[in-house]
Amino acid sequence: MHTEFTVVEGDFANAGKASSEIKKTLKQLNIDNQKIKKIVVAVYEAEVNAIAHAYGGTIFVDLDEEKICVLIKDKGPGIPDIARAMEKGFSTASAKVREMGFGAGMGLPNIKNNVDELDIQTEVGVGTEIKMIVNFNS
Amino acid sequence: MKITDIVKILDAQVIVGGEDMNYSINHGFASDLMSDVLTLEEEHLILITGLCNNQTIRTAEMANISVILFVRNKQVSEDMIELALENDIMILSCKYSMFKTVGLLYENGLEPVY
Repeated sequence: MHTEFTVVEGDFANAGKASSEIKKTLKQLNIDNQKIKKIVVAVYEAEVNAIAHAYGGTIFVDLDEEKICVLIKDKGPGIPDIARAMEKGFSTASAKVREMGFGAGMGLPNIKNNVDELDIQTEVGVGTEIKMIVNFNS
Repeated sequence: MKITDIVKILDAQVIVGGEDMNYSINHGFASDLMSDVLTLEEEHLILITGLCNNQTIRTAEMANISVILFVRNKQVSEDMIELALENDIMILSCKYSMFKTVGLLYENGLEPVY
């Protein structure tokens, strides 16, 4: 099953909409509740990141009986220092993002803790691709 | 602790939900930082917060939290009410500060997550 969602820069009112749709689909498929929570927490954090830091992007979801693969592809600005971005507490978030209850430097570490596989490809001035996989049977 | 007790202790209002006032929760977690809430494994809890926007409801949805309590008489928007209804999330509101709210609930036996 393949689904796509568009993420619009700065559209905080709709942050979480894609994660919510993914949650509904996984529930219908009777996936274990703990697995669903891991996936949607990771996707939600990434969705907020794309809205807060990037110039919009697309979320691609591929689902089969064994796993879910979510790819969040944004249009920039890219992450200059991935190692620092993965550090708990490091953040470049704006005041607006902090008002939304995020921006404390927990997003990427939270994503990492919830997925089985995480791959981040980024290029400054071009964009970032975050690929995450959660296996249903692990 | 039952919802009906929480309402009594805090002189709180039920904004959304309230069909099952005997619904019981064991733990409380107070935070305005949604990323922190998203790290919790515990689910059967009440989220006590002063952060009042769509992301509070979305966070509860993703973290499987079924009751949110807003402190300091925060105004809940129509969008938030709609989202809460859609996701079966109960919203309570009280006039007390976060400090007093958590103090009263703790004193009356609501357990912390950590």
